[in-house]
Amino acid sequence: MIADAEGAEALLELAAKDAGLMAKSHIIYIPKDTGETYVEQLRAAAPAQLYVGPSFAAATQRIRHVLNQAHMGLQVYLTGTEGLMGQAMNEATGAGISHTAIQTEHRGSVARRVQCVHCKGITEDVMTDPYVCGHCGLNLFVRDHYSRRLAAFQGVCIDAEDPGNVPEPVELYK
Amino acid sequence: MSASPTKAKAGAEKLDVVVSAVVPMNDLVTRFEFKRTDGQQFPPFSAGAHTVVEMNDDGRTRLNPYSLMSDPADTSTYAVSVRRDDQGRGGSLFMHRNVAVGDQMTITYPVNLFALDLRARKHIFFAGGIGITPFIAMIAQLERSNGHWELHYAARSPELASYADELRLKHPANVHVYYDSQDQAIDLQTLLQGQPLGTHAYVCGPAGMIKWVHDTAQTMGWPDDVVHSEEFLAPQPGKPFQVRLCKSDITIDVGENESLLEAMERCGVDAPFLCRGGACGQCETDVVETEGELLHRDHWLDDDQIAAGNKIMPCVSRFVGKTLVLDR
Repeated sequence: MIADAEGAEALLELAAKDAGLMAKSHIIYIPKDTGETYVEQLRAAAPAQLYVGPSFAAATQRIRHVLNQAHMGLQVYLTGTEGLMGQAMNEATGAGISHTAIQTEHRGSVARRVQCVHCKGITEDVMTDPYVCGHCGLNLFVRDHYSRRLAAFQGVCIDAEDPGNVPEPVELYK
Repeated sequence: MSASPTKAKAGAEKLDVVVSAVVPMNDLVTRFEFKRTDGQQFPPFSAGAHTVVEMNDDGRTRLNPYSLMSDPADTSTYAVSVRRDDQGRGGSLFMHRNVAVGDQMTITYPVNLFALDLRARKHIFFAGGIGITPFIAMIAQLERSNGHWELHYAARSPELASYADELRLKHPANVHVYYDSQDQAIDLQTLLQGQPLGTHAYVCGPAGMIKWVHDTAQTMGWPDDVVHSEEFLAPQPGKPFQVRLCKSDITIDVGENESLLEAMERCGVDAPFLCRGGACGQCETDVVETEGELLHRDHWLDDDQIAAGNKIMPCVSRFVGKTLVLDR
């Protein structure tokens, strides 16, 4: 089970429904802004293993190691933000699990992980549209075009033809 | 072959062939090899495909699907192996008794309802009896692409285990054969336990074996879409019944020993079909009106569709009751 932020709530609900499940579960959890809010509760649910890490990048080595050692029969459950689920999904499908066999449950922020199509830089947790690319400084329009390979939405320069003509940013997906 | 999506006739397009070899394998199984009558190469096929063999049995047309077991890379020959079923409807008996080298026959282009999933990291095959045939083609295909596979083949006895010896000889590390007569059985649970992520399982054999593999894999946490199976059903006989075909505007009688599809064809209705064994879904027909019970025998309709009662697969399913009107 790989989760971030409010995804912990989904894990705690699962634990409450089926106590036996936790004894067989390895939880990889990235709290993000929720800090310590859920960590003690997750520990109290007594999973077979619990890892709490600072970021998805930091957890990647562990995820790959677990998938490498795993056999058919492993169930993968992803919950939390879209960015977390997309990236973890990539690791799991890369290990040979078909995407239709992976359960996901969105919890928490609806912010998007976006790739700038110009400089290829990825910005996490984009909340407004348009936004300024943190890598190259262009004003980017967040398209609904999603890449499963990159686990990111596409951000395209909004003022290429008329530089400086940028609409007021609006908060996305409330 | 035309690329046009509209075809003049139902079923896959046809090939005229001549029987080039008839090779008895054992008491029950005989291999039939075909060459094209026009001397051309056969269309290539993907392993797991079947062809429908048309037999002219004393004026009565029999159409039976058989898995292609020849090497998919060899387009000079198609081969099928037929197990004689003495209690069957007569297609396999006809093949065994009446088909000889040099005979002209008609078969369909290959249709694949049991393809390898090439995304798999590993393929594990479970064959029961004559269910070995599609796997022979699959193994040939995977050997060319350096695929990772293993075969578990259960047969009644060494005498009836078609192709077991040659498979074992060619691939001693990958082929495992189990004989009922020696009380050997596939240890499915253990086999499924240690498989690497990305393994796909394939099963071809009797209905009970297919269910056993599906159920065991599911219990052990395998996703449904990595367990592949193929079982051709032969249409079972049943009570004769009458059916009205509203588009064709005729009422036809379905005899005890013929399927609804065969009855339609006998009466000149060009009904769609591919596998004729309840697996492909091609012959799905809308039920306009029914007063009685639809006897569903296919593997195609799901539980919801069966409950709704407005579809029937004429290749294997039947009807008992007063009135049945089909949209055909």
